[in-house]
This record gives sequence, structure tokens and C-alpha cells, in this order.
Amino acid sequence: MSTNNEKRKTYYESIIKHGYSRRDFMKFSTYMAAFMGLENSMVGQIAQSLENTPRLPVIWEHYQECTCCSESFIRSNHPIVADIILDRISLDYTLTLMAASGHQAEAAKQETMKKYHGEYILCVEGSIPLGDDGNYCCIAGKSAKESFLEAAEGAKVIIAWGSCASNGCVQAAKPNPTEATPIHKIVKNKPIIRVPGCPPIGEVMAGIIMHVVAFGRLPKLDRLGRPKAFYGKRVHDSCYRRPYYDAGLFAETFDDQNAKNGYCLYKVGCKGPMTYNSCGTIKWNNGVSYPIQSGHGCIGCSEENFWDNGPFYERTTRMPGFAVESNADTIGKVAAGVLAGGIAVHAVAANISKRKELMDRINRGKDNEKNIES
Amino acid sequence: MEAKKFIRVMVWELPVRIFHWINVLCIIVLSITGFLIANPPALLSNAEATNLHSFGIVRFIHFATAYLFLFNMILRIYWSFVGNQFASWRAFWPFSKKNWNNFWHVVKIDLMLFNEDHPNVKDISIGHNSVATLSYIIMFFLAFVQIATGFALYADTSSWWLPKLFSWVIPLFGGDFIVRTIHHITMWTFIFFSLVHIYLVFYHDWLDGRGEVSSMIGGFKFVREDRIKHHEEIPSESKK
Repeated sequence: MSTNNEKRKTYYESIIKHGYSRRDFMKFSTYMAAFMGLENSMVGQIAQSLENTPRLPVIWEHYQECTCCSESFIRSNHPIVADIILDRISLDYTLTLMAASGHQAEAAKQETMKKYHGEYILCVEGSIPLGDDGNYCCIAGKSAKESFLEAAEGAKVIIAWGSCASNGCVQAAKPNPTEATPIHKIVKNKPIIRVPGCPPIGEVMAGIIMHVVAFGRLPKLDRLGRPKAFYGKRVHDSCYRRPYYDAGLFAETFDDQNAKNGYCLYKVGCKGPMTYNSCGTIKWNNGVSYPIQSGHGCIGCSEENFWDNGPFYERTTRMPGFAVESNADTIGKVAAGVLAGGIAVHAVAANISKRKELMDRINRGKDNEKNIES
Repeated sequence: MEAKKFIRVMVWELPVRIFHWINVLCIIVLSITGFLIANPPALLSNAEATNLHSFGIVRFIHFATAYLFLFNMILRIYWSFVGNQFASWRAFWPFSKKNWNNFWHVVKIDLMLFNEDHPNVKDISIGHNSVATLSYIIMFFLAFVQIATGFALYADTSSWWLPKLFSWVIPLFGGDFIVRTIHHITMWTFIFFSLVHIYLVFYHDWLDGRGEVSSMIGGFKFVREDRIKHHEEIPSESKK
């Protein structure tokens, strides 16, 4: 943990000071370029930027969350990511990882906010409860909302880590007793990068934070505020089982021969076709695997409302406002049946009610038939 | 009862009929392929994925038909500015007293099945009646919902600007999940509409005897002679 009294070193100086070699530093820059999806020629720019940019202080807030985002981050591919960027150099405040605690920790945060007003990066892990005056989550005597607004005021950029801060996640599931709220609904006047996922991929988190510190500006974001480099494609679009999908070869259950053959998990509820994330390319645990590769469908953890969007193991379209068991097709079939019955009743009733008119016309037609000149 | 003379009137011009039947084809193909995409059947095949593309073909048909559906809609909207009085957008305009009088008349006579002692010939619509136009306005809106949600889901797999015009729909609703659900539920409204629409066409053909069913094939409906101005000048087309 850096102290705020030391002169602001550049990233390179700090990295060398902590015993890494120049070679390690260059490897790190190359890793980061690859995470960010940049081409080879950009490695030099990253290295140069890290050599010349003074460190950006980072305040990492924890609200309603499970710390899986932090866990994911510190396990990202290269040790320098967690070690240098997070732990040793930049992190001025994080409840989970900092050595200080209690009043000391809060004092460090206050000092950073004052000293680097308008410069620090605010990372938020967890949603913010608004119910019951925010009493469901309090830190150092302040509610999460108060604490967040205080920290957001002087932040240069806010990064919403994970589905909690981006979308609300499971604690926002109906009926959302604590009124868990994603941060972009609370602060509107600051640039917010949303990094959904439960958790987001560690390399993605590193890539985003490095982009901000190395280039001093936001990565390219899509309409939902997610970095395009990592959330531009569906899991489905980069899935190695995609050829089975296009062929129409699906696992029907998790224990059938098709599942053993590695067929597409679409019919056992894989949400890959609706989920934007990099799981298919960057993968997890240092690129070892990802859910679909391990034989389990994607649950869509980086999508809004994934927790309320129907069963994980079925391909049903759940109807809002109906019981869990009913999906759009069952309701549709019943409604179509009722409608067809109604039409049949109407047809019979029409013939009875309008019988006089009909008989008149039929008789006229019969008369005309007799009077045809042949 | 006095004999009634009917005159043949061109109600549905050729572009309207072409629109109608292409639309029928599109809705059938899109619904069937849509059901297949939502819940694909189990394939009994030993072939390797390399040698099969069956689901890809179903999806291709769905997307290709979606384009046809869209361009066909654009054709119909264009024709509502240049077509005859029955095809015109004015025929669909719901905010007039005449329209609402007709609306309640249709509800009373055709839906609630009451009888009139002295039917007024002017109450019988030559083109669409007011209940029908309202249902078509709703269906045009739902067609737009299908186009917008469908192309929004499709946009990311396309590099063309046209599907990308609808990519704002996903952020509007928050994600693909909900957009897909809307797309699926709205498809059912097309099925419900088709059931009622086909029934009512047969109903009018049977009870009015003015060629309701065949009018969408040949374009002609039979209209009572007393509704046509100067009818004596075109005797060759009149029928007994």
C-alpha cells in the first residue's frame, strides 16, 4: 500500500523499485496490449506511457457484493497486474486488501480524495441499497449511498466492477428487498465504465484499468457503457461449440450421448446466444477453460436481469407476470385454443342470429338459378 | 324483397394483393422457422458437424424472409400514398366521427350479432371496415416491433447498416434476453390475428355475399348499384 506522502512515481519507476526487471516490465506491457485487443505496434506506446505517467490513485469501494470481482482480478494472468497495479502502487483504499483498517483506512481514503481531487479512479464493487434510507449496507458509519456519492464527487472515472455495480445482480432479484441499485442510476454526471459479469474476467478488468491509466481516457464503450473490446461479441459468436449449433446438433440432456460428444448446449439452457462477454476467447483461470468448455451452459451472468430471466437449464421464454412454470408457448397455445373455440361459437351464433337474412338470400339465389335462360 | 343489383368494383389493386400474399408467406415462414429456432427438434443424424448445416439453413431462411417482410412493408406504406382510396392511409385514419360511427356499427352487427330492422347500405364498408383498419394499425405497429427487435438481435452478426439501424433497441430494453422474449411473444399476436382475420373473411363472404374471399385474389368486390354514381353509364359490368 502506497502512502500518499511519497512523491508520485511513474508506473515504471514503481515497478522497477519493487524488484521487477525491465524484461518483466516489457512482458507486462505486451500482456496488457493483448488483453486490450491492441496490435503489436501498440506495445511500445503502452510501455512509454507507463514510463512517463505518474501513478493514478485508485479508490476501490465494496458495497453489496461477494468480493468475487476482487478475487477474479487478483488471479488475472500476469502477477504484475495484481501485485503492482493494484496492491503496491495504485490502490489507496480497498477494505479487502489494504493493511490498514478502521479509522486509519478511512483516513487514507479521505486524504486521497482531498489530495487527488478530480484525478483518482473510483472502482465500485457491489450494488447500492436505497431501501430503508440505505441502512442495509453501512461502512464507517455512512450508508453505501453517502459513501459512494462522496467518493464519486472527485473521481475522474468510475468503473463499475461486476454485475452488482453494473446491473444490480442477485440481490436486485425480485422482489429486491433492499432496493439494490446499480451505480449508473445514482450518479449521472461522471463517466462510468460498466464491466458486468459475475465476476468479470480478471484479464478484462486488468485490460480496462490499464487502458485508463496508460492512455488517460476511457476505452471505446458501447451503448450500454461496456468496453467494446470485451463486450462486443456474444459468447455464442466465439464459442468453440458453435459448429454444432449451426449443424443443428444439440445435447438434449446433460447425460446423453450428444452431451458426451460435446454438442451445443443450446437446448439445455445455454444463454451464450444472448450474452455479451469474452469467455469464449479470453476464458477463465489463466485461459484454462470456461463454463461451456466444462460442459455447462452459459447462465448469462454479464447480462441485465440474468437472475430473473427464467430457468438456467431450459430454453423457455418466460412470461412476465405469469407463474414460473408457464412459458410464452404454453400460454400461446392455450390462448389460441380459447380463441378458436370462441370463433366456432361466434360462427354458430352468427348463423342463428342472421338466419332470416341468410335464408332470404339463399332463396333469391335459388329462384335466380331457375330463371337462367339456357 | 326487391332484387338487388351489384356492380363489380376494383377494391384491392395489384400491389395491395401482392403485398397481402407476400406478407402471408412471410408470416408463415417466419413463424415456422422462428419456432424451430426457439426450440430446435432433435436431429437423428450421425453426420459430423462439418457435413451438416441444418440449423444454419433454418436461421438463414428466417433472416432472408425477415428482409422480404421489411421491404414488403415498405412497399405497402409507399402504396398508401399513391394507391386508390381503399389502399390510402386516409382509409386507416381512425380519428373521424364517420369512422367511429362505423366502428360501433361493426361491433354491434358483426361482433355482437344484432340485427337491424332497416339496414342502411352506407353502413356496409366497401374496403376495410373501421374495426379492421384499427386491427391493421395495431398489426403494422406489431410488425414494426418484430422488425425492430428482430433486426436488433441480428445486428451484431451483420456488417450492413440496415440491421444496425435497430441496434438501439437492445440498450433500450437492457439486453438480448428481454428483446428475445418480446420478439417471441409478439409472434403469437400474429397467430391470434391470423385466426380472427381468416374467420372474419369467411364470415363476411358468407353473410354479405360480396366476394370477400376472392377480392384478395382478383381485386374485385361487388357493391350495391345504388351506391355507385352514374351507374346507368356502365351497364355492361352490372349483374343481377
